Amino acid sequence: MKIRKTAKSGPGAAVQETACPDTAAAQQEREALVAQLGESDTFLDKMRRMASDNKLAVVSAVVIVLFILLALFAPLLTPYDFDEMDLLARLAPPSAKHLFGTDELGRDVLTRLLYGARVSLAVGIIPTIVSMLIGAVLGMISGYIGGAVDAVIMRLADVMLSFPSLLLAMVIMYTLGDGIVSIFIALAVTNWASVARVVRSETLSLRETEYVEAARSIGVRDFAIIFRHILPNCIPSLIVLFTLNVPAAILSESSLSFLGIGVQLPNSSWGLMVNMGRSFLYNAPWMSLVPSAAIMLVVLAFNFLGDGLRDVLDPHLKNS
Amino acid sequence: MSEQKNVLLRCEHLVKEFPLDRKRAVHAVSDVSLEIYEGECLAVVGESGCGKSTLGRALIQLHKPTSGKVYYKGEEISAMKPAQFAPYRRQMQMIFQDPYASLDPRMTVRDIIAEPLVTHKVCGDREAVTKRVLELMTAVGVPGEFLYRYPHQFSGGQRQRIGIARAIALDPSLVICDEPVSALDVSVQSQVLNLLKDIQAASGLTYVFISHDLSVVRFISDRVCVMFLGKICEIGDSATIYSRPVHPYTQFLMNAIPVPDPHRREERAILQGELPSPIDPPKGCRFHTRCPYATEECRTREPELREVDGRMVACHHAE
Amino acid sequence: MEQMLLEINHLKSYFFTRKGVSPAVDDVSIRVPKGKIVGIVGESGCGKSMTAKSVMDLLKYPGRVVEGEILLEGRDLTKLSAKEKRKVRGEDVSMIFQEPMTSLNPVVKVGKQVREAILIHQKTDKAEAKKRVLEVFREVGISEPEKRYDCYPHELSGGLRQRVMIAMAMVCRPKLMIADEPTTALDVTIEAQILKLIKNLCATTGMSCLLISHNLGVIAQMCDYVYVMYAGKIVEQGDVYTIFDRASHPYTKGLLASVIHLDTPQTGHLSTIPGVVPNLMHLPAGCAFCGRCQEAVGRCRAEKPELYELGNGHASRCFLSIESEAIHE
Repeated sequence: MKIRKTAKSGPGAAVQETACPDTAAAQQEREALVAQLGESDTFLDKMRRMASDNKLAVVSAVVIVLFILLALFAPLLTPYDFDEMDLLARLAPPSAKHLFGTDELGRDVLTRLLYGARVSLAVGIIPTIVSMLIGAVLGMISGYIGGAVDAVIMRLADVMLSFPSLLLAMVIMYTLGDGIVSIFIALAVTNWASVARVVRSETLSLRETEYVEAARSIGVRDFAIIFRHILPNCIPSLIVLFTLNVPAAILSESSLSFLGIGVQLPNSSWGLMVNMGRSFLYNAPWMSLVPSAAIMLVVLAFNFLGDGLRDVLDPHLKNS
Repeated sequence: MSEQKNVLLRCEHLVKEFPLDRKRAVHAVSDVSLEIYEGECLAVVGESGCGKSTLGRALIQLHKPTSGKVYYKGEEISAMKPAQFAPYRRQMQMIFQDPYASLDPRMTVRDIIAEPLVTHKVCGDREAVTKRVLELMTAVGVPGEFLYRYPHQFSGGQRQRIGIARAIALDPSLVICDEPVSALDVSVQSQVLNLLKDIQAASGLTYVFISHDLSVVRFISDRVCVMFLGKICEIGDSATIYSRPVHPYTQFLMNAIPVPDPHRREERAILQGELPSPIDPPKGCRFHTRCPYATEECRTREPELREVDGRMVACHHAE
Repeated sequence: MEQMLLEINHLKSYFFTRKGVSPAVDDVSIRVPKGKIVGIVGESGCGKSMTAKSVMDLLKYPGRVVEGEILLEGRDLTKLSAKEKRKVRGEDVSMIFQEPMTSLNPVVKVGKQVREAILIHQKTDKAEAKKRVLEVFREVGISEPEKRYDCYPHELSGGLRQRVMIAMAMVCRPKLMIADEPTTALDVTIEAQILKLIKNLCATTGMSCLLISHNLGVIAQMCDYVYVMYAGKIVEQGDVYTIFDRASHPYTKGLLASVIHLDTPQTGHLSTIPGVVPNLMHLPAGCAFCGRCQEAVGRCRAEKPELYELGNGHASRCFLSIESEAIHE
């Protein structure tokens, strides 16, 4: 196509007419520019930016990684076994021998904390990721396509939400039997519906934006629009949802364990530890306080990390 | 200004309604038939609710017409299934009104302009696409160094240029310009209008220029179509209509524009009354509730478009 | 010598952000005589809306009035207490905005909203206030006022909503009405009606009007006196005929040349002002307009010009203006 090229970029400058293909000089200039500019904002660039702008988020990321490592290497970090009982040292306060004290059966609290981390972190993160994936995909499809598809998905979500989640989790656990995988499934299934609703309403408003209309006018197919335009603009909400749902999952697991489903004694999880320690709050507060502190640390860490990620992904805050 | 009179796009009895509930609907476009010739700039002018934006979108099938037919180079595109229509989609692009909302805030400029190229697999690999994007950016006057910037880092005028680059990326034959300069500052409006005129002169594409501003439209259009409440009031050559507007609405529309000259402050006839709603348009001639010349005939019978003094007018009293 | 209703002297309103200080309104002086319509014209970001909001003390954090006085009939508005400022707002000075939909409360009927404006400022009962509201509705040309009294904002058209806003602004008979782009969001035939209304109201009630617009046509048709703003400063001022016939500042000249109207030639290119408005936080060392000015000389890039008097109330912030005026003498 014939395009008038301006002599220097900018309006009001002298205009020259050139026909395609354009001059070799202009082409070379462009090639040099491409080489110089390289690729845009890569993942590494984003991480570097977060490291320099948001120390809190970096600290939080470190905390989370630390906890995960502690959980993974639990057996190597403690001389005790998680169910090793020392009946002579029951309800012992923190000391050199037991850094966080012992519980009512003489088991080392620190050890149970480390082993419990495996369950709690896994239960906090994995089902949340799964439920958010399911919820986000269904929410976006439902919101963008509308009509019968939307109706079906939303009615399904309504059904899920009308059950008390704990009851539903219990039913699923009974059906699937014991085991950590059953807990994962139960928590994933009970959580996807609220994610789907939020994502659906975001999608509904994003669908009406002019840039989505522009994409349709170009001829972009529906699925491409959803993944290129709708999903990236849903990400801030998804991050926030994630940071809210992880602690909720950890705490749900503790309720389930308390009710006798989920993690069974003598296995350990933070939620279970908190619940078991309630009866001993006056004489052995470390039993509940230590796992509570751990939950709080992890939850805060996820929150700050989530904020940091949201900022780093926001193009408005990109300095250039 | 173009001598060629090949019809590029044609619509027959085009109707677009948006149902509100079982009984009521917004009658955005009601029975519009017109032809768009290759290489021309047809301006569609009117106020809110006249249906000009809906008409533009219905012509390029962004809205599926409620009834009526649209023909592109003789082919009936309004009846095509999406898969059939896909190759035609490339030929008809759109420039949007709001420079702040028509660009995805989370995409870089490169990706925004590359989207049509990537969707239709026009260029080769990633680098080829980037080069073509740079070419387009130069063509619209956005410096190449801004390739990886985000929309919010640009001014309104520059964003609109990016939108234009995106629209011409596929080398379309028809571009619908939906109020492209209404949201821009005065000095920037002229820059963008100059650019649009240059692009048309260089590539010979066809514009449908939608606007509410008769002065802006006069500069760039060959023919003008004035709409009111979903119907065409007057359509014809710009020169004819601007020098001798026949339809009362066109006359009032021209009178209403505030003239940037303090010496010309004569009292001019102002149109009274509110804009009627497209949900419940008046019977008969839709303009009769605001028209000072309305008679009984106007209240009961809808006027047809007929030729008067070298243009088509829909008014019972046009001479 | 005309009587001055409003005198803004050396007003400075700055925005204090994390990235720096933005001088949105930088040493602006404006006079509004009694009974006249004064216009402030400029493009986005020039500071005209901020000036208006400073007068009404409606600036939101992080912006605030830093320096200057705003004299309403001799009284300095910047020195009033919050309570006194509230009294002034509505009674002596009122404001109408561009987007009536967002200025009106969507869940309250319009009649009630206008009635509230009366009840805040005057001691009457509700029935009396309602009568006054209907009176004002008629004054501003709202047809079927009783019916409209009970309407919600979304039930009214854009033109009617703007009339309601004007009614609310008029109801306490203010001495000054500030109109910030009152017709920009309206269709052109409705705009013509509203502009005529504002002009009539000023003529019949002796009210003054400070009209802010980017539309030179509106300014030409409505104003007696014009101030042109660019990058937070006044770059030219004068009576409306002087500005349109004998503009001196290159920005004003460029703006007037780039306006498109029904008589603009259709061939060739439109006249433009190249470039974009500079970022207020990174203004050049010299004149803020020098980067885009066709007539700039060395001095313009180094020194900031003052507002130079050119006689008869005409002033221009440009070194070249005084030189050319000197030549004319």
